[in-house]
Formats: sequence, C-alpha cells, structure tokens
Amino acid sequence: MSARETILKRLRERADGALSAPESDFSVMTGRGWSPQERLARFEHWIGSVHGEVIHVAEDDWTGALTTLLVDKGVRRLALGKRHPVAAEARLALADAGVALVDVDRDIEQWQREQFENVDAGLTSTRGAIAETGSLWLWPTPDEPRLMSLVPPLHIAVLDAATLEDTFFDVMERHEWADGMPTNALLISGPSKTADIEQTLAYGVHGPRELVVIVRHATAADSHDTRPEA
Amino acid sequence: MSEQAPGVHTYHPREFHRQAHEALDNPQIRANFRKAMDGLMAKRCDSFDDWDLEALRELGANIRLRALARLPDLLEQLEANCEANGVRVHWAEDGDEACRIVREICESHGATSVIKGKSMVTEEMHLNDHLEEAGIEALESDLGEYLVQLNQQTPSHIIMPAIHLNTDEISRIMHDKTGIERTRDVDAMTAAARQQLRERFMAAGVGVSGVNFAVAETGTLCLVENEGNGRMTTTVPPVHVAVTGIEKVVEHLRDVPPLYSLLTRSATGQHVTTYFNMIGSPRKEGERDGPKEVHLVLVDGGRSDIYQDDELLDTLRCIRCGACMNHCPVYTRVGGHTYGTTYPGPIGSILSPHLMGLEETRDLPTASSLCGACGEVCPVKIPIPDLLVRLRQESVGEGRGNVAGAGVKRSRKELAAWKGFQWLATHPSAWRAGTSMAGKLRGLTPAKLGAWTRHRTAPKPASTTLHALVKQHQAARTDKEECR
Ligand code: SF4
Repeated sequence: MSARETILKRLRERADGALSAPESDFSVMTGRGWSPQERLARFEHWIGSVHGEVIHVAEDDWTGALTTLLVDKGVRRLALGKRHPVAAEARLALADAGVALVDVDRDIEQWQREQFENVDAGLTSTRGAIAETGSLWLWPTPDEPRLMSLVPPLHIAVLDAATLEDTFFDVMERHEWADGMPTNALLISGPSKTADIEQTLAYGVHGPRELVVIVRHATAADSHDTRPEA
Repeated sequence: MSEQAPGVHTYHPREFHRQAHEALDNPQIRANFRKAMDGLMAKRCDSFDDWDLEALRELGANIRLRALARLPDLLEQLEANCEANGVRVHWAEDGDEACRIVREICESHGATSVIKGKSMVTEEMHLNDHLEEAGIEALESDLGEYLVQLNQQTPSHIIMPAIHLNTDEISRIMHDKTGIERTRDVDAMTAAARQQLRERFMAAGVGVSGVNFAVAETGTLCLVENEGNGRMTTTVPPVHVAVTGIEKVVEHLRDVPPLYSLLTRSATGQHVTTYFNMIGSPRKEGERDGPKEVHLVLVDGGRSDIYQDDELLDTLRCIRCGACMNHCPVYTRVGGHTYGTTYPGPIGSILSPHLMGLEETRDLPTASSLCGACGEVCPVKIPIPDLLVRLRQESVGEGRGNVAGAGVKRSRKELAAWKGFQWLATHPSAWRAGTSMAGKLRGLTPAKLGAWTRHRTAPKPASTTLHALVKQHQAARTDKEECR
C-alpha cells in the first residue's frame, strides 16, 4: 500500500468513530461599517505603525508626486511594468526625469543579479487595500511580476482610495477569491522586518527597507472625496 | 543525525530534569526568556483590544475542528486541486520518508544547495541533517533560524528561534562565523545577514518552506511571515518544495482570515504580519518569475495516531502560534532547549509524546504547574491542561493505553503506596490508629526523602493529629453546644 493509501485508510477507519463537523459563524470577521474616511484613517494608522509611508495625491496629478518621491529617495533605477495604467502613466511622466526605467517584462533568469544588485526601487499597482490591518493586496502579473515588490530596497505601491475595504474577509468574499486564485496572491503590510535579534525591530532584512504607498484620490465632482478630514 | 561539532550542547527530553537545573542556574538564559516573554504577553493582550476575542477563538477552534472532522476528504480535495494547479503532491508516512522525497527532488534537479524558509515540520524530521548526509547543503534563511544554525543549535521557540540569545551573543556568533566586525548595532547585523543570504537565494537550486494553512477548496498554500525570506524561498529558486503536516489543511478559503487574525496576534501581538503569501501554482506560461516546479509534501509523522482518539485529537487543532509557551511559567524559566524536543513548552509537552513516544518524553507532561494559562490563551481553545493530565495518566498506565510507551512510569512501589493510602483513607479506625502512631514516632522520620527533600526540608507528622485537635476544641466548647 502506498503512503497515501495507508494514511487515508487510517484516517477513515478512525478508532473512536467518524467525527461530525460543526457549522461556523463568521460574523466576527465582517460588518465593520466604516465610512470611507474612517477606513482611510485606519489604513494609514496601521500601515504607519509598521513603518509604511503614505502620500495622498489627487488622481490626476499622482505622477508629479511620484517624480518628487523618486528625487527625495535618490532613486536612479526604477523597475516597473508597461501595460498597467499605473506603469504606463509613470513611464510617460518619467521620460525625461533622469531616472533609468528598468523593464521587468523579461524572464528573471536573464536579469536576476541585475535585479538583486542594481535596482533602487520597484513600482507596482495594487488591487486594493484592507483598512483593519493596513494591508495592500496584490496579484502579481506577467506585467508586474512577483519579485518587483520584494527584491528592490524600496517598494512604491499605488493605491486608489476607493479600493479600500474593511477586512481581509470582506475582500476575499466580495472579490470571490475562492472562484479562482492566481499563481500568487499577496498581502503586504509595511516593509520587510525582523525582531530576531533580542526583540529589536529592524527593517529591510530580506525584502524592501521602505514601503511608500501613493494613495490616489478621485478628483473633481465626479466622485466622493476620500481624503482624511482636515 | 550528523555528528555534532565538539563543544556543541545537545539536549534530550530524557534529561529534562538535569537540563532544567542547568537552565535555572544560568542567569543569562533566565533573563533573556523573562524579558522576551513579558513583552510578548503584553503585546498579545493589546492586540486583541478591538476584538470580541471569545467569538474569534470560538470561530478559530470551530474551523480547525471542522477541518479535522473532514480530514481525509479534505486531503484528497487538496491533492486534486493542487495537481490541477500544477503542484505535485507527495505523501509521507514519517519524517524519513519525507526527507527522502525532498532529497530525491533535489537530486533530480542536480541541486547541491537548498535555501529554507522557516518550517517546524522540517526541524521535526531533521531534514537539514538528512540533506547534508547526501551532500546537499541546507541553509536557513529566517534570520533567527540562520543565527541558530550558525551557532550549531536548534530553535528554542517555534516563532522566535533565537530568543535565547541576546545581542552580545549574536554579535559574537556573527563575528566568529561570518567574519563581520563586532557590533552591537542591530541594523548593521541585519544588513550583513541580508547581504550574506541574498547570494544564497540566487545560488539555491531548491527552496524548501513550511505551510501555515493549506486550503483544500482552492489548492492554495498560505505562508505567514515578516522578513520576506519566505517569499524569497518560494519565488527565487527554480523549484519550491513545501512541506507540511497533514493536519494543516483547512476546508475553505474563507477559513483563512480568522486563523490568520488569531495567529499573528497570539504569536507576537502583531495585528498583521508584513507578508501573507498565498501560493497557487508554479510559474505559468508567460509569467516572468517564480519557480517552474512546486511540490507539496504531506507528512503524517504520528499525526494519524493522534487522530484516532477523541480527546487527543484536539492536539491537532494547533496553529503553532507559540502563545502557550509565552505564557507558561515553566517555559519562561527553563527556556526552550531544556525540553530537548522540536516543539518546546506546553504544545511540545502534549505533542512530543506522540511523535517520540512516552518512553523518551515521560517527564514532559509533568513540566507544568497546571496553572491553566496555556489553555486560556490558546487561539483555537485546545484544552492543554486536560491533555497534560491525560498524558500523565497514560504514562503511569492509567489511561487508554493508546499512546506509544504508555505505562512507562508505572512503578510497583508507587502503586502499592497509593493502594495502601486508599485502604487507610476508607477505613476510619485504621486511619486513626495509623495517624496517632505516626505522631508518636515522629522523631524517627528520615531527614532525606528522595526528590522531596532536594529543595525542601522533610515534613514531620504533627504530634497531635488534626482529628485530635478538633476533638479537644469541641470538648472546650461543649457548654455552648449544649445550649443549642
Ligand atoms: S497549542 Fe494553542 S497556544 Fe500553543 S502553539 Fe498551538 S495554537 Fe498556539
């Protein structure tokens, strides 16, 4: 008998008899009912508490903020996609900004060392975020691969304020994750960190040392303003 | 197991008492644990502030129970969905078989170097030693595990492997083993480790990780971490091998958020970890990075034995948060190595007897004051104290006898003593005669009474028994009694 058969047989022929499965009540995971402002405030509080930086910008001017950020952080080589509107708009805006744009639409085998040693920042879009824990959620794509948010020392993530939701559970249910999961789904809440040396917090142990979230707010009268109340 | 380097301390559960004494005599160990555990307890408490903690624990327990109730079906469903996603599934009856599977995967790719993410089940099966014997180098990439490996030790905590070391000790280890300048600057040491390990991620032929939750419904493997080494391990090398105990499966994707909420808060008092990494498949056509092959190794290793018994089954609900150790007065004082097992603390004391047999682990169920703290903080409501008592019963042959090594502590002398006591206590005249005799002969009590007098003075029977005292007292009050 194979290991598989032996294990399954032992489990099925349980000495104390078959077990009955209880029903689950998930109400504690949902129903927060936060307003957009409350959601944003919570998101910012929690991601800030673990060293994530948040920049608020108007939707139609976000690339200006990106350019300033790149200068401030001294980024000379930025890895980014091509097709996603975030990447496409950034490419346009950065054409003459003196920042080298590093293409990521190459198989990693061709440029692993370059990515590990010679990229200052990775720019990615996000699918949304979670207010309760201050988490971004990303489903990497061929256009924005998995390692872009991990290997460079700075990760810049672009988030639309309107895509903030209350809890992880809500995100999963509303977007029907169970109907089709991608190759890799990620929650990211702050830069990489460790407390393995005598409980002292240190950032950037394996992944990025810094995470900056550019939160884009809908402009003009076409949508509700989600910026935090002054 | 491979040979230990000279001077490396090895621990064994059979030596629990001796090791506990050594640890108690080591002020450094005691200070390191005390400080860490106090901090962790406070942080855990704060992190549940906004929650109906009882409702959440109830849900967590219930999700784990449901998964166990359907375990064989869910394992088959997990296998089918993983295979459909392109993940290859292997089954192993024990640790040796699992090691062999991992080694063969490495060999089939000609891999001579493996990078590892934190995984307790691979510690349990001594994977690193096994691979090394086959000429494959296995390097731990979690910072704590890396430090412990450099120091030729094993983890002393399931969440914080290097918690027994302080900054000075770590500074010395990094200096001695990797040649960096001695420093007390934690950022500098972290940066050095980052640099050292990045090379290894790029060079590794295979990445080996554990799994926190395996979702049957979608065939998804979930990993919880802060450092990013888990993501590196599962994304950079061309092959990823995930190893998990068969009990880690959950039924639905929606079962994951409650367990994740409980895990991070219970473990380190964090509202969330930096990364929650959900792996669905190997690199697909057109994708640019990620492993081209993903394997899942399902390890039984004694779990299906635990599964047979209605009471012991609860052990398998564990989500390995470590809260029971953080809150255990015994663990806090003796530290993790003292237990001599992969899993220390209360969870180790209820799990290790099944993995290693009571013969080896006979003292672990007694390494508890039964204060109940572990059961109270356990996020999935495992009645740990009850299970400790059950294993004590098993060890003296008074249980159901279905734990390996049951009855190992059964002693004729002790049994006879209790039988005698039972007879005396149920025969009042014999009891009275015996106790008054003991009072008269109290001068003859030996000064040394084995283990009892090692830390205490020998008890002397009172010259007057409690019964006699009560009688005298009552006689003095006779008048009042008569007035009633
Ligand atoms: S027994 Fe409970 S408290 Fe201990 S590690 Fe497991 S889940 Fe956590």
